[in-house]
Amino acid sequence: MKVKVLFFASLREQLGTGALELELPAGVTTVGALRAHLRARGGAYESALGDKRALRMSVNQDMVPPSAPLAAGDEVAFFPPVTGG
Amino acid sequence: MKVSVQREDFDLSREVRAVSRSAAVGAVASFVGLVREVKMTLEHYPGMTERAIAAIVEEARARWRILDCTVIHRYGELSPGDQIVLVAVAAAHRGDAFAACEFIMDYLKTRATFWKKEHRAEGASWVEARAADDEKAERWQQ
Repeated sequence: MKVKVLFFASLREQLGTGALELELPAGVTTVGALRAHLRARGGAYESALGDKRALRMSVNQDMVPPSAPLAAGDEVAFFPPVTGG
Repeated sequence: MKVSVQREDFDLSREVRAVSRSAAVGAVASFVGLVREVKMTLEHYPGMTERAIAAIVEEARARWRILDCTVIHRYGELSPGDQIVLVAVAAAHRGDAFAACEFIMDYLKTRATFWKKEHRAEGASWVEARAADDEKAERWQQ
């Protein structure tokens, strides 16, 4: 299953990229599992996506909890808590 | 109802006039947020930001009697004194206009996908989200 992954703000800077196209292994079926999958890349991914980091996530531009399921073609995003207004 | 995420500045009086056109409007509450003290860059998530703000406005419409509403939020490079955000709510009576305007701002602070980066003399840094903003949004759920 292929998905698009976006990163914003401090997370984008730490990872050095704002967007990835990923082919997910069979076991990665939720947003939380995708976060763990990305963390396993090591380096900046391991530290920036660590469990202690408060991150928000969205699927197809709706904010979701880590348990949210993924489907082929989804646009998934990870980002820090928002600071607009 | 109008939602705009834009680089350009906005004109408060023009936006207030625009939501006041209906003869049924008896009250308009508006809020303008300004950049304080330091230069900043505002990043956002194009597409999701507009969706999130539109959902907040819909929620406000379900709670209060709103006749019209405009939300404008800027992104890009901003300097102290610049306008960042406008919420203008028109209603028949002030109670609905005041409450909906504050509700939209409180929700926008915690749900609209914007991130501020401040540029100080000692360097640039991303603004941390404040727990107080979460609490302000949560009190509408009580």
